[in-house]
Amino acid sequence: MSARITLATGRRVLGQIRHDPRTIALLLAVPALLLTLLRYMFDGQPQVFQSIGAPLCGLFPFIVMFLITSITMLRERTSGTLERLMTLPMSKLDLLMGYGLAFGVLAAAQAIVVCAVGFGLLGLESPHGVLLVGALAILNALLGMALGLLLSAFARTEFQAVQFMPAFIFPQMLLCGLFITRDEMAPVLEAVSWLLPFTYAYDALDLAVSPGQLDATLMIDVVVVIGATMASLALGAVTLKRRTP
Amino acid sequence: MHARWRRLSTLQPVRESAVEIEDLNVVRGGNSVIPSLSLRVRSGSVTGLLGPSGCGKTTLMRSVVGAQIVTGGKISVLGNPAGSAGLRSRVGYVTQAPSVYGDLTVAENLSYFAKVVGVEQGRITETLQTVGLEDYLERIVSSLSGGERARVSLASALLNRPPLLVLDEPTVGLDPLLRQGLWRDFHRLARGGTTLLISSHVMDEAAECDDLLLMREGRLLRNCTPNELRGETGEEDLGKAFLRVIEMASGT
Repeated sequence: MSARITLATGRRVLGQIRHDPRTIALLLAVPALLLTLLRYMFDGQPQVFQSIGAPLCGLFPFIVMFLITSITMLRERTSGTLERLMTLPMSKLDLLMGYGLAFGVLAAAQAIVVCAVGFGLLGLESPHGVLLVGALAILNALLGMALGLLLSAFARTEFQAVQFMPAFIFPQMLLCGLFITRDEMAPVLEAVSWLLPFTYAYDALDLAVSPGQLDATLMIDVVVVIGATMASLALGAVTLKRRTP
Repeated sequence: MHARWRRLSTLQPVRESAVEIEDLNVVRGGNSVIPSLSLRVRSGSVTGLLGPSGCGKTTLMRSVVGAQIVTGGKISVLGNPAGSAGLRSRVGYVTQAPSVYGDLTVAENLSYFAKVVGVEQGRITETLQTVGLEDYLERIVSSLSGGERARVSLASALLNRPPLLVLDEPTVGLDPLLRQGLWRDFHRLARGGTTLLISSHVMDEAAECDDLLLMREGRLLRNCTPNELRGETGEEDLGKAFLRVIEMASGT
């Protein structure tokens, strides 16, 4: 692994997105706009807005980075650039870490905007500080990125990659506890929710925006999120083949 | 004494073949794409790999650069097994479809590949001059024509001056003047010691090569020079000569 190649890869991925100003505008504006929409949807129930909107600030980057990464990586696979990189003196880790750097930076930018709007303008509360929400947002974005990298190996076209969003992300969102507490679900679903990484991402955020003492549960959530990220990256690395049929 | 011996040895390189393939077998999707193929590519030669589309040229080239899962056989590239880690900075591979980033500029593409292979950024202008794109630095690659994109892809492989270049149909769709210019550059590189393995399905280009590998249906029909091919078949035109070879092979 080489720092030079990793950094160059991160800059290259950011460069690709920089040439697409509309994507950047959408990345930064859409989460803030959706949050604003929620604020006025729950105009009469501010406590519902708090319980859904506050964790969402840290979950948006997960969803968006999943989508962007899976498409960027799919393009890398279909355009032949991945094959070229694999014939060059570059380790797989350079590529994965480069992606991580680039999307980490993007996620940070996105988290800053959505947190500024949510906690600054729309009156969301963060009893343990906005910084904690921001840090969790970046961790979640990296998890989304790692899952996107992995799943891109199973898509042949961009249409398929986009369908992974409703197929893999929506069920996790529904089961994570954001819309209804998990112990009210059918026992089978509750058990399934414990196996999904998104559940831990949400749980950490829920703790971070709720009053009360922070305890080891938050640490466990964070460790699970980081572990799932590492596992997806490792599996993703296996799908990057130097030799193909 | 020692110095003189070394000079002699550079005059007569010990390794004459840049690529040696013995009994290569590639099966893809249950079909034997290359049943059994052996060949040598001379060091410092411009070797043309010629044959119709679908005859296995790309599979053979991918095997040489180590991107192809092969079923059997031995491939030695610059004295190492094909695909070994040490070869990654010594073999340049340009795929038929330009493998560069369409959403980046020419300069950004080359700058990225320069960092990956570890050469200084000053090489970018030099290689762009070689492919005639020195005025295209700030152009977005997806806005270029197919031929121009192919040249960006070629330039990316030239950055670190690898001793072996494997080029899959590098001149397809180029205007004749540019094509001629590129062949001149290929020979200039070869005089500098680079070995070039270049595929083409256009027989006109056979005359540009030092050595020829004629392929058909996954088999190697001939491994000879253009003049040997002319002599053997009695045809001056290499296209007709290839046709004769095919007829001989099928026994008509």
